[in-house]
Amino acid sequence: MEGKDNTNVDKNNKYDRQLRLWGDHGQAALEIARVCLINATATGTEILKNLILPGIGSFTVVDGHKVLGEDAGNNFFLTKDSIGKSRAKVATDLLAELNEDVNGDFLEEDAEKLLDSNPDFFSQFSIVVATNLCERAISKLSNHLWSKNVPLLVCRCYGFIGYMRLLIKEHTVVESHPDNTHEDLRLDRPFPALVQYCDSLHLETMNSKDHSHTPWLVILFKYLQEWKKQHNGEVPKDYKERNLLKEMLKKGMHRNEEGILENEENFEEAIRSINTALVPSKSSAFWIMARALKDFVENEGEGSLPVRGTIPDMTADSERYIQLQQVYRKKAGEDATKVSQRVQKLLQSIGKVGLISEHEIKTFCRNAAFVRVVRCRSLVEEYDSKSIKLQELIPHLDDEEQDDAVFYVLLRAVDRFYEEYNAYPGWYNDQVETDVSKLKACLTKLLQDWGLSLKIKDDYIHEICRSGAAELHTVSAFIGGVAAQEIIKVITRQFVPFNNTYIYNAMKQTSITLEL
Amino acid sequence: MEDDWSGRWNHVKKFLERSGPFAHPDFEPSPETLLFMRNVCKILVIGAGGLGCELLKDLALMGFRNLDVIDLDTIDLSNLNRQFLFRVKDIGRPKAEVAAEFINTRIPGCNVIPHYAKIQDYDESFYREFHIIVCGLDSIVARRWINGMLIGMLKYENEELDQSSVIPMVDGGTEGFKGNTRVILPGITACIECTLDLYPPQINFPLCTIAHTPRLPEHCIEFVRVLLWPKEKPFGDGVAIDGDDPHHLKWIFEKSNERANQYNITGVSYRLTQGVVKRIIPAVASTNAVIAAACATEVFKIATSCYLPLSNYMNFNDTEGIYTYAFEAEKKENCMACSSIPQTFAFSETDKLKDIIDYLIESPAYQMKSPGITTSVNGKNKTLYIQTVKSIEEKTRENLKKTLKELELVDGQELYVADPTTPNSLTFRLNLGSKME
Repeated sequence: MEGKDNTNVDKNNKYDRQLRLWGDHGQAALEIARVCLINATATGTEILKNLILPGIGSFTVVDGHKVLGEDAGNNFFLTKDSIGKSRAKVATDLLAELNEDVNGDFLEEDAEKLLDSNPDFFSQFSIVVATNLCERAISKLSNHLWSKNVPLLVCRCYGFIGYMRLLIKEHTVVESHPDNTHEDLRLDRPFPALVQYCDSLHLETMNSKDHSHTPWLVILFKYLQEWKKQHNGEVPKDYKERNLLKEMLKKGMHRNEEGILENEENFEEAIRSINTALVPSKSSAFWIMARALKDFVENEGEGSLPVRGTIPDMTADSERYIQLQQVYRKKAGEDATKVSQRVQKLLQSIGKVGLISEHEIKTFCRNAAFVRVVRCRSLVEEYDSKSIKLQELIPHLDDEEQDDAVFYVLLRAVDRFYEEYNAYPGWYNDQVETDVSKLKACLTKLLQDWGLSLKIKDDYIHEICRSGAAELHTVSAFIGGVAAQEIIKVITRQFVPFNNTYIYNAMKQTSITLEL
Repeated sequence: MEDDWSGRWNHVKKFLERSGPFAHPDFEPSPETLLFMRNVCKILVIGAGGLGCELLKDLALMGFRNLDVIDLDTIDLSNLNRQFLFRVKDIGRPKAEVAAEFINTRIPGCNVIPHYAKIQDYDESFYREFHIIVCGLDSIVARRWINGMLIGMLKYENEELDQSSVIPMVDGGTEGFKGNTRVILPGITACIECTLDLYPPQINFPLCTIAHTPRLPEHCIEFVRVLLWPKEKPFGDGVAIDGDDPHHLKWIFEKSNERANQYNITGVSYRLTQGVVKRIIPAVASTNAVIAAACATEVFKIATSCYLPLSNYMNFNDTEGIYTYAFEAEKKENCMACSSIPQTFAFSETDKLKDIIDYLIESPAYQMKSPGITTSVNGKNKTLYIQTVKSIEEKTRENLKKTLKELELVDGQELYVADPTTPNSLTFRLNLGSKME
C-alpha cells in the first residue's frame, strides 16, 4: 500500500472523516491537547474513548479507587480480571490501546486529596473532566481551576438522567460553522465594484443563450435598481412588495415566438432568491469585541462588516460566474487588508507585533458575522442561593411536557442527601422507602433556601430513589458522546459549546440546556 | 450464571427489580427480567460500522447476551477514528467478524454471532428469530429493505394484527454532528416509508452544467468522473473507477485541476476529489456514540418494559450547543409499505413506459432506484421492463419508448413493481385518462 511509510498520509486517511468537519487546523489543536479525567467511571472512560479515537495529544486518569464488581459490569474499559486492582491503571491501559497516536498516563490517587496536597497538578491540562465527584470536591476543584483559567467539565449519570456542567470563564469562537446562514450579497448596499460589474452587462441586448445564463445575482441587482428608482431608493419592505418585484422579474423573461415563456432557470432562481437575498446586511453587538473590526465597521466599512467573499452556486456560464465571484472575493480581500492594517496598528501600540497572522485575520473577517463568545457563570455563583439564576429553572418546574429541569433540582437535593448521610438515596434495596422521605426533606430544605414556595411532585422523588445512583451504560455512553464533543469544541475553538448546564432525560429522549 | 460475578448487574438490576412512577404500565419488577435478557432475548444488529460497534458494546453491557451482527463490509483505515473495535492489524478483515471477536473476548458470557453478508442474503426465516432488530446503517435502501421485510412478516387474523408477529425495529442514523433515533413498531407506528420525505433527495449536478458551464470545483471533478473517464479509459477499457485506488484518484484529481484551471475555478483539492468520487459523509466518534446509546436505551426499554419506549423519533444536533427534539412521526394513510390501501397512478394512453419508470424514481413518495415492471394479461405474466437482469433489460428496453396504448395497457390494469428498496413487489393500479397534476 502506498503511504504506509509516511505517517502524515496515514493520518490523513485515518482521520479523513473528521478532518472534513474541523479541518487540519482543528486536528492540530486536538493533537496538542492534554485532557485530565477524574474517576474512571463508565461515563469517564466513554468520554475519553471518544477523545482518544479522534486523536487528542494525551490523557491522564486520576482515580484512587480499586475496581469493584459493579464497575467491571458497566464499564467497557474494566474487566472481570481487574476487580480489586487500581481503576486508574486498568482503564488507562485499555484506553491507550485504542489509538497508538495518543499518550496515556494515570495517577492512582484520590482527586480530592490530590487537590489538597498539590492543586497545581490540575493546572497543567487543556481541560479537566470530572465524573462522580461529590459537591464539596467539585466546588473546591472548580474554584481552583476557575482562578487558573483551566476549563472544567463536570459530568454525572444518575439512573436515566445525564447531567453536564461546563465551567469556562470566556471562550471565543471564530469558526462557529452555523448550519443555515444567509448569504452575504450586499444587494441592499452594493459596493462600487459590484455596481460596476453589473452595469457592464446589458440584459436588453443579450442573445437568448447569454440571457438565460446570466447569474441571478446580476439579474436581481438590475431589477432592484429599477425598483429603487420607482420607490424613492427603498428596497422592497414586505411580502407584498417582494411579490411585486417577482412580477417585474417574470415580465423580463424571454418568450418564444408563440409567446410562451422560455425555460430560463436563472430567472427562476432570481425569483426564488428574493426572500432570502434581501435580508439586510447588519452588524450585531458582539463585533465590538474585536476592536479592529469595530473600527473598520465605523470607518471604511461604513457601518457594514467586511464582505464575506463567497456567493452561492447559480445557473450561469462559467465565465461570468467566475467574474462575479472575483468581484466579491476581491472586495473581501480588500476589506480584510483594511482590518489587518488596523490589527497591525493595534499590535504595534501594545508592543505585540506578529502575534496575529494574516491568515487568522482573513478567517476572522470571513466569519465576522458568526463570531461567538461563551461566558459561563462560575459554580460559586450557581451554588449561592442569592445568585443562582432561578428564573431559568422556575418556568420548567411545573411543566409536565418539558420537565427535564426538575431533575436538576432533584440532583441538587441528592447532593444534600449525600452530604448528610454519606450515601445516595435508594442505594440499598431495603432502604428505598425510608430514603424517599429523607430525600423529600432535603428537597424541601433546598427549595426553602432558594426562597421558592412551589411544590415538586413526589413522583420525581420516588423515581430518583428507584434509580439508587445506578450508572447505566447506555446513559453513560450518551453523555460520553456529548461530553467528548463539547471538549472538542473547547479545544479546537470551532462550533459553539453549550452554556452552561445540560440535562438529558433518557426516559423520554429529551434534553434541556439551562444557564444557571 | 457461570460467567457472572458478584455485583456485575447491580446497576441494571435497580431498574429491573424496582418499580417507579414513570415505569411502563405493564412493568412488573422481577429478577426474571434479567434472566429473560440473558437467556431468551435475541437481538439483531444490522451494520458493524460506527453505530454497530457502539451498539454491540452498549447492548452487551446492558445485559443482552444473544446478539447477531450482520455487515457486508471489510475494515478500512478511515474507519479507525470511530469504529473502536478495530485496529490497524484488522484492516481488510470483515467488520462483523472482528467486532464479534472483540466483544466476545472483552465481555464474558456474551455470544455475538457474526454474519459477513448482505441483509438481502437472508429471508423471513432468519429475521423471524429475533425479538428486536436494531439498525446502524448508512444506506437508505438497506433501511427500506429491512423495513419492508418486517412489514411483510406481519400476520393478520380477521384484519386484526397478530401482535406476536410484530418485531420492533430501532433505527439510528448519523451524518457529521447530526443524527436521529427512531422506534418503529411495524404495522402499528410510522414506518420508514411513511416518512420517506424526511430523507433529502440526493443532489446530482445537471449534466449540462458539468459539460458546459462548470462553476464549482465539484463540477470539475464530476466532469472527469462522469465524462472524461469513460472517454479516455486511463486504466484500460472497461476499468471502472475504484475510489480506494490511489492511482485512480490521482488521475481524477489532476484532470479535475486541469479543467478548473481552464475555467479559473479554485478549490479543487485531493481531499475534495476523494469526497466527491466516494460520496464521503463526514463522521465522528461522538455522534455515533450518542445515537447508538439512544438506540440501545430504547432496545432496553422495549425488552424490559422498564419505561415506555420513545414515541417515536428523536433528532439530535450538537453543532451549536446540544439540541435534541423528540416527536411522534405519523403513519402515512396510504403508505406503500404498511397500509393496505392499493397504490394507484394516473397516466394517459400517450404516456410512455419510461414516464412511469421516471415517476417511480423521481417522485418523493417512492424514490425507487431501478424499478422493474411486470403485469398480467389474461392470467399470464408479462414483463414490461426489468433493469436489474442484463439479458432481460436488453429484451425489454424497446418497451420504454412505447406508449401505454401501444403496450395494450388498459384502465384499471394492475402493474407489479419490483425494486431494490423493498423485498416485496408492489401492486399499482393504473388509472388511465386523467393525468396527475
